Amino acid sequence: MSIFMTLRIAIKALNRNKMRTMLTMLGMIIGVGAVITMVALGKGAQSTIEEQVKAAGTNMININAGNYSIGGVRQGQGMSNTLMPEDAEAIRALPGVQYAAAGADSRGQVIAGNQNWSTRVQGTEVDLPLIRSWSIKYGSFFTQQDVNSAAKVAVLGTVVSDTLFGPDADPVGQIMRIRNQPFKVIGVMASKGQSAMGQDQDDTIFVPFTTVQKKLQGQQHINNITVSASSPETAPVAALITETLRARHKLMPGDPDDFMVRTLEEMASVRSETARTMGTLLAAIAGVSLLVGGIGIMNIMLVSVTERTREIGLRMAIGARGKDVLLQFLVEAVVLSLFGGIIGIGFGFGLAAAAEKFLQWPTTIPPNAIGMAFGFAAATGVFFGFYPARKAASLDPIEALRFE
Amino acid sequence: MPPILQVRKLVKTYTVGEVIVRALRGADMDVQAGEFVAITGPSGSGKSTLMHILGCLDRPTSGQYILDGNDVSQMSKDQLAVIRNRKIGFVFQGFNLLSRTTALDNVELPLLYNGALKLKTADRHQRAMEALTSVGLGDRYHHYPNQLSGGQQQRVAIARALVTQPTILLADEPTGNLDTRTSIEVMDIFQTLNKERGITILLITHEMDIAEYGTRVVRFRDGRIQTDSQVLDRRDAKQELAALPPPEDDPPVPAHAGATAGDVDHGGVA
Repeated sequence: MSIFMTLRIAIKALNRNKMRTMLTMLGMIIGVGAVITMVALGKGAQSTIEEQVKAAGTNMININAGNYSIGGVRQGQGMSNTLMPEDAEAIRALPGVQYAAAGADSRGQVIAGNQNWSTRVQGTEVDLPLIRSWSIKYGSFFTQQDVNSAAKVAVLGTVVSDTLFGPDADPVGQIMRIRNQPFKVIGVMASKGQSAMGQDQDDTIFVPFTTVQKKLQGQQHINNITVSASSPETAPVAALITETLRARHKLMPGDPDDFMVRTLEEMASVRSETARTMGTLLAAIAGVSLLVGGIGIMNIMLVSVTERTREIGLRMAIGARGKDVLLQFLVEAVVLSLFGGIIGIGFGFGLAAAAEKFLQWPTTIPPNAIGMAFGFAAATGVFFGFYPARKAASLDPIEALRFE
Repeated sequence: MPPILQVRKLVKTYTVGEVIVRALRGADMDVQAGEFVAITGPSGSGKSTLMHILGCLDRPTSGQYILDGNDVSQMSKDQLAVIRNRKIGFVFQGFNLLSRTTALDNVELPLLYNGALKLKTADRHQRAMEALTSVGLGDRYHHYPNQLSGGQQQRVAIARALVTQPTILLADEPTGNLDTRTSIEVMDIFQTLNKERGITILLITHEMDIAEYGTRVVRFRDGRIQTDSQVLDRRDAKQELAALPPPEDDPPVPAHAGATAGDVDHGGVA
């Protein structure tokens, strides 16, 4: 008997008991629907993280001054004073580096009028807004001339601006005090929200790094360098930077780095890992529902084989071989699971759309998830349909015909 | 001309638990083409076992069974399935029609399992229609079994047995579920097929009067053939049908329901 014929017979048999067919399919529908929904939610979370990484700045590489020890007493990270502005110059000249900005950090109380606030003061260079793809809301960023002259100019993050000057006020041109020194506000950054590491990026003040060095901290070294690579392949650039800095700092082979180079990719990978763990968990739940759906199919097929024993006996009497009967019941199980799978895919799409709409959870359904769900459905059908089908095929025609 | 069916020293023993049942103890029988053989005997005589072996549903423990020149006694299960499909037409007591399946689809069923014929759908329909017409149900092809009377259902089953043009027609108590009039109608079909188309028929029955529609009666007892004789005074179903009063209209009036009720679902008082 041809497979096409078998398919027709299977569909006819399933049609004879629509209610039972629907209920059996329900298990499959929920199983496959769960797979699709879970994948959609997992992928959605992952792409959110990727977007956050992108928002933090494209192709970014961070270089922080390392720890150093004096006579065996280790100081905290960033305490080493070996990172110099000239290092930033050297890095800027490296191939694959688009921008580089030397950074010197400070913290302190800032005052404007009758308001005060404690915040980070980040000394940096003119290219920082480009590196971190950060736009300016009011006024402008400082210029190279400001850097050269260590000018007392400040560009505020929105949190600082809102706290000191009131929400949505334009403070450009106002005077404020940072650690009791007067600074002129020349701009306000647009809001950027939380970083990939969970830090509020808007609670900060940008000033020229030279100003931090000379006016606030009184230090020769810098604390960090922020680099933007010209392509998303940041790893080789990071390696080149490490090599350059080691040479400049005259480190011997075997000496530990006195700086740390980190790419955003690395930072994001921690959170991606979390997302992946969650994805695995969701996949396990989906797998369990598929399993339950499959057992449902096996259950119904076993009932069906018993109920149709006489039919099987008759088919055998008129010439059906064992493998014809096997194939018939196997195809019935696969048709059940595939139809269930198709409806389940639709159901999953619906659920994902609902999650996006009502829970504001971003979802993405990759095309291969549909193929995968379809394949799983078919495999479930074959796997759980085989035992009942083999049971049917191994019936003795005489016994089967006598069956009441 | 060699016999169409040859049985030599057929033995079949079963083990049921610890009891050994010797269902057949050495049966010998030849059937020529065109014969209408009735096999009778009390229950437990071995006639059902013989019928299973003759129908290639079972294999003998020992002995030989040659059907249409093929020794089928030692064939594999799959080979037997093919023999059943090509050479044997079954008619059962319980009709065994597929429910929720039209008469035409039921009749077509054996053709679906014959891969060698390579029939197109239209050819299958045509052959099934021819078989249905030959049992007088050409106009009922789209009916479902539950819309047909018992006699009509058995005729559909006969059409299904005929559709593959088998070497022998094997009928196992075909009138067991039918009332007298319908039984005669079914026997009329068998006689017509036997006389007009020369189809070889093996009929298993425990009713002697049904056996007398055949040309030859083989009586079984205790796993052996007790008597094997030609029927001298053969009954003619057509004549008997003509002599019977016409069947009542459907549905029958309860007061008249009796020996001549035409439908298995309504008769039964007789």
